[in-house]
Amino acid sequence: MKKEILLGDEAVALAAIHAGVTAAYSYPGTPASEIMEYLVRASAAGKKFIAAWSVNEKTAYEEALGVSFAGKRTMVSMKHVGLNVAADPFMSSSLTGANGGFVVVAADDPGMHSSQNEQDSRFYAQFAQILCLEPADHQEAYDMTREAFDISERVSLPVMVRLVTRLSHSRSGVEPREARPQNDLHYGARERWTLLPVNARVQFRKILEMQTELVKIAAASPSNKLELNPDDRSFGVIASGIASNYVLENFAAGAKKPSLLKISTYPIPRDLVARLVEHVETVLVAEEGYPLIEKSLNGLFGIQGKKVIGRTSGHLPQSGELSPEIVRQALGLKALERRSLGDFRLAGRPPQLCTGCPHADTFNALKKGLEGYDKANVFSDIGCYTLGYFPPHNAVNTCVCMGASVGMAKGAAEVGVYPAVAVIGDSTFGHSGITPLLSAAAFNTNMTAVILDNCTVAMTGGQPSFATGERLLKIIEGVGVPKEHIRVITPLPKYLEKNARIFKEEISHAGISVIVAVRECLEEARKKNKKA
Amino acid sequence: MIANRRQDVILAGVGGQGILSIAFIIDNAALKEGFQIKQAEVHGMAQRGGAVQSHLRLSKDRIFSDLIPRGEADMILSVEPLEALRYIDYLRPDGRIVASSTTYVNIPDYPDKEKLLEKIREIRGSIVVDSENLAKEAGSSRAQNTVMLGAAAAFLIVKADSLVEFIRVLFAPRGERVLEANLKAFELGRRAAG
Repeated sequence: MKKEILLGDEAVALAAIHAGVTAAYSYPGTPASEIMEYLVRASAAGKKFIAAWSVNEKTAYEEALGVSFAGKRTMVSMKHVGLNVAADPFMSSSLTGANGGFVVVAADDPGMHSSQNEQDSRFYAQFAQILCLEPADHQEAYDMTREAFDISERVSLPVMVRLVTRLSHSRSGVEPREARPQNDLHYGARERWTLLPVNARVQFRKILEMQTELVKIAAASPSNKLELNPDDRSFGVIASGIASNYVLENFAAGAKKPSLLKISTYPIPRDLVARLVEHVETVLVAEEGYPLIEKSLNGLFGIQGKKVIGRTSGHLPQSGELSPEIVRQALGLKALERRSLGDFRLAGRPPQLCTGCPHADTFNALKKGLEGYDKANVFSDIGCYTLGYFPPHNAVNTCVCMGASVGMAKGAAEVGVYPAVAVIGDSTFGHSGITPLLSAAAFNTNMTAVILDNCTVAMTGGQPSFATGERLLKIIEGVGVPKEHIRVITPLPKYLEKNARIFKEEISHAGISVIVAVRECLEEARKKNKKA
Repeated sequence: MIANRRQDVILAGVGGQGILSIAFIIDNAALKEGFQIKQAEVHGMAQRGGAVQSHLRLSKDRIFSDLIPRGEADMILSVEPLEALRYIDYLRPDGRIVASSTTYVNIPDYPDKEKLLEKIREIRGSIVVDSENLAKEAGSSRAQNTVMLGAAAAFLIVKADSLVEFIRVLFAPRGERVLEANLKAFELGRRAAG
């Protein structure tokens, strides 16, 4: 088939379509969002499968699990921290196993380009004792995702595909293959899928017994490649996923390369590792993320007579994203000549709220409403409005994870923080804000939650929000917030005084109150105008 | 650089300036001419009015890294002068900058414009183009990115005709007026670069 230019994310999405996926689910999150965006577009263009955004990653995971139970192929995709939200069904899904092929895509963000941490999803795969595939380039992203569906059905387990930002958000040519038809409906066995202790114990033993076979599958994968250099017995490299590209980048075509083991399928292929380690004295381990392979190799006491170097030894930085030049240094090669600006200092240009953004008006009104309270604290959440941290707003003081603002405000209010204000977007509220608000309403906590309803998931590019408009107001009322303390404002400069007054009124109310600031995201309004 | 077999370009600008449109045009032109491509870009938080860049790699041979190694870029193509200098450590000793002189000031400590342009001109072979006025002349102030693509065209290893073909592919769906403005913007950029 003809070569197409695709993002790494899109290569994964196309592979799922060609592998006969019947339904795919996701929640937006950088760098994973473009997987579902591609699937949604393809589905709308007439391809016969379901591609749907879910309310959060746990929901998405469970929806996918239902599809697998029904014998159909399914994929669930999310950013790395999304897998924390889905961790409950994820961990137990290795016990139920997969009926229809089940692929879990976790897109990690080393370097935290757009994230609050840089956790490494390979540890989750290891934790759940399932296979993890880590493609190094776009063609592998396509080929390995297709393969993941087949393997999943062969071993009756979910299979993880681990991506990183630089692959997710890089474009390259991909050659697709003929599509495979979808599966027929066939239900999973009830004794496998009902995780009562009596069944779960049996299932857990089964996974433990399967580990040897999984290692064999990983070792046989063509994505794990060992090339020994017979002339160099001193130095060799183990590189995982895209880190292997950074190694190869530093050796021109035809140049002598050290022995190299590329690992792209886990569990770690023990025999291949052993052959490399036997061949050389010093092993550099280059992996994007945490030092999973490096630490496994070293164990507690290291390998006698061998030196293993990498992130833990300081030959590579302990945190952050790798790059060709960082790996070059660890390979002991001379740095390329670079230009510099000398003493000339460049101003930084951090991201910021768009000019005219409704969030800015909400922050202005909130800050005015909080005037006179010198102990006030504003707890924020995950979204564009987290940019309210920066000047000129300096409006928020926390950001931890999806939904944390509401729970943190409740806890802080209960120990004496006043005013305690939570600021959360409509989609983030739908994702993880409803349950903490239910709790705050049940306790009638003296706090004010501000829900910024811009009618979309703005930060990740305008995906649909489920908790917006009328439904949002019904949810707030439904969890038990008194109707007279649910206030709706329009964040516009002309209403600054009026809105600030409403903030003051609700902050002075000794109990739970919610202020909903409704105005559509400018970027989304612009897109709509363009279409019309 | 082995002539005409490979080229590494850093595309730079501020979120919303259309860096990814330039990338789309060059990517597709290169694919059509039988090059392999890798193009790393920035999505998500940084796009909101922050500094954005894209690493664009074209080669007749296999490309390994998605990122251009520091010290290896043949060109920095920037829609904004401050952003052109931000990636200077990626430029190879004989690499050049093609940059707009039109500043995008959304930060309080924006440096002196003349100093920026002076720094860019210190790099031999560099080209500075007034993209704002040329885009207006072309009929769309939003077409500054296409002006800059035009200014860089003579130095790219893909043919100008191929670039024009994909300017058409990209902008035709947005209407006749937008397409014409972009075609003209490309041409004005080319001429401005001499």
